[in-house]
Amino acid sequence: MNNSLLIVLIASGVAYGTPLLYAALGELLAERSGVLNLGVEGMMLVGAVTGFWTVQRFHTGSALVLAAGILVAAACGALMALIHAFLVITLRASQIVSGLALTIFAGAAGLSSYLGNDLKLADQPASHTFSAVFPASMQRWPVIGPIVLGQNVLVYISWGCVIAIWLYLSRTRPGLNVRSVGESPAAADTMGINVTAYRYAHTLAGGAFAGVAGATITLAITPQWVDGITGGAGWIAIALVIFAFWRPEFCLVGAYFFGALQALAPQLQARNISLGPTVLWTNALPYVMTIVVLVVVSSGTARSRLGAPEALGNPYSREER
Amino acid sequence: MRVTFERRLRQPRWLSLAVPVGSVVFAFFVAGLVLLVTGHNPLTTYRQVFDAAFLQTGSLNQTLIAATPLAFTGLAAAAAFRMKLFNIGAEGQMYIGAITGAAAGLYLGGRGGSSVFVIAAMVVMGFLGGTAWALIPGILRAFFKTNEILTSLLLNYVAGLLLTYLIFESESYWRETKGFNATVFPTGKPLPSSAVWPAWTIHLQGGITIPFGAMLAVAVAVVVWVLYKRTRFGFEAQVLGDSDRAARYSGVRVRRKILAVMALSGGIAGLAGASQVGDFSHSLDGDPNGLQKLGYGYTGIVIAALARYNPFAAVLVAFLMGGLENAGNTLQGANFPAGLVGVIQGIILFSALGGEVLIRHRVRIARTGHAKATGLETVS
Repeated sequence: MNNSLLIVLIASGVAYGTPLLYAALGELLAERSGVLNLGVEGMMLVGAVTGFWTVQRFHTGSALVLAAGILVAAACGALMALIHAFLVITLRASQIVSGLALTIFAGAAGLSSYLGNDLKLADQPASHTFSAVFPASMQRWPVIGPIVLGQNVLVYISWGCVIAIWLYLSRTRPGLNVRSVGESPAAADTMGINVTAYRYAHTLAGGAFAGVAGATITLAITPQWVDGITGGAGWIAIALVIFAFWRPEFCLVGAYFFGALQALAPQLQARNISLGPTVLWTNALPYVMTIVVLVVVSSGTARSRLGAPEALGNPYSREER
Repeated sequence: MRVTFERRLRQPRWLSLAVPVGSVVFAFFVAGLVLLVTGHNPLTTYRQVFDAAFLQTGSLNQTLIAATPLAFTGLAAAAAFRMKLFNIGAEGQMYIGAITGAAAGLYLGGRGGSSVFVIAAMVVMGFLGGTAWALIPGILRAFFKTNEILTSLLLNYVAGLLLTYLIFESESYWRETKGFNATVFPTGKPLPSSAVWPAWTIHLQGGITIPFGAMLAVAVAVVVWVLYKRTRFGFEAQVLGDSDRAARYSGVRVRRKILAVMALSGGIAGLAGASQVGDFSHSLDGDPNGLQKLGYGYTGIVIAALARYNPFAAVLVAFLMGGLENAGNTLQGANFPAGLVGVIQGIILFSALGGEVLIRHRVRIARTGHAKATGLETVS
């Protein structure tokens, strides 16, 4: 039963969806404060390469090195986000162009590739990887075995993050402040909330999450470094925030759905199921489905842009409000 | 002490040249720091870059090979970004243009059409291929208000998969199926000679070959310039870019404009693909490590921004960026890790963007109390 296509797809959907989930949660934090960061792909790649480097470089206990890898990835992701934050918050530059610049600067043909080449990280397996937490006997339990108990610790931490961010945004004073900064910075400013500080903090947090998302790929899912290893996951994560109506709990559902779509191509191949030009359409499926869902969400009943922060994408300056 | 930004009433003209030039200088400075930190000597590296890009024998040839597609993608981005329509799908539109352009060349050339006719057909088909691919995000944006940034970008991945599929994973019309080599490593079917684009040689530096595509790019720049500076179409597109509402109230048909600009931008990107096939590869290049690795479509965005969306400046900047790309490919190795070119391009784009602030604002450094007393705009 645990080998049925559905169970395997859900289980690998959770695994493949985890980087999407981290990246989407980060982007959600930034966007809730009113900052659109299109540099997710670039930040993820920098997190992926620096996290991988940390694990290859140090040789202490496995758990310690892996934790260090995640922390380094988060710090480097945040550093990348800092460039974007400075340009769009302090200098009030176009958020769209700055985000694209960040993707070009850090992305598949930029800094991440530079570091990967200069530190000679390609063509070697990760010396430590995140593996399943629970013993193999428990992973054989029907249904929840592979889906819930067969995952690595990053998956469980991501569940904690979803709950924490949901509580933060809906139940705490700073969370309320973030939302007001994203909805109406002028009103928030009048209330004495430091708009600049909130936007900086959440943009940086978004970068840190994107860095962790990248490291999840190079340390858990495909434990190696290849230029452009994220393959557009950062962009799917940005779209995911829109489908999730800017709510963390829906990000989780969306991330696992798209994770399962990514797992579909290898699963169909492994089972020798051929449906026409399978290689082409199953590989293209995550991208095409993202577009389809975006269209559904942006038209019809959802047109009112449920949940989109009112001031998303707009710079704030006291004199021009 | 406090740094304040005042809005300029008049934007000095010299700044619109000084800022892009300053951006490039600043980018090389910061990238130099990156080189230093990672244990390379920036001065020797830059010397090598300059030699490999413009001075060595044959270097200008190679630079033109990279500059030609970049001129198209730069113009494609400039045409759309000017209207604040963020078509970042030039990469995918270029692949589709290569596919349709190659189809026209293979089919008509194979039937023995005259060269002029075959090449003209390739240009038209390349343009239309790019247009068709760009109209997907265009229609979604115009009729469903779907964010064109995400859709156009995601379609790049789909186009790349399709390109690889046609050569590597299927027995398509574009794939070479005869001969021993074709069974070992899949390649595209070579174009018949009548479909190969002409080139002109200047006797300098051991012969500089100017591809037909480069001339076509200059012609496209003229067309884009005339369209935006001298026609009602261009004026309305710019009004729409500056203020959606102003355009709507003055009777601009917004949907139609989005579709037209997207079609134009995608078509120009498609020409990059057709030129790639006709001028250089002479077959469809489906290798994921070939054309797809070069990222010409994304570099086009940097070019357009640095040229401040001026089409003639875009062609010039494309030439300089082509030099950088070429140097990157030639020097790639221990002293010049791949990715450095992207780092430099990214910093150029960041500083061009930061420089826009200088064009629009005057920066004053004032004492805290003073700034508050005069009611100056304060930042940070």
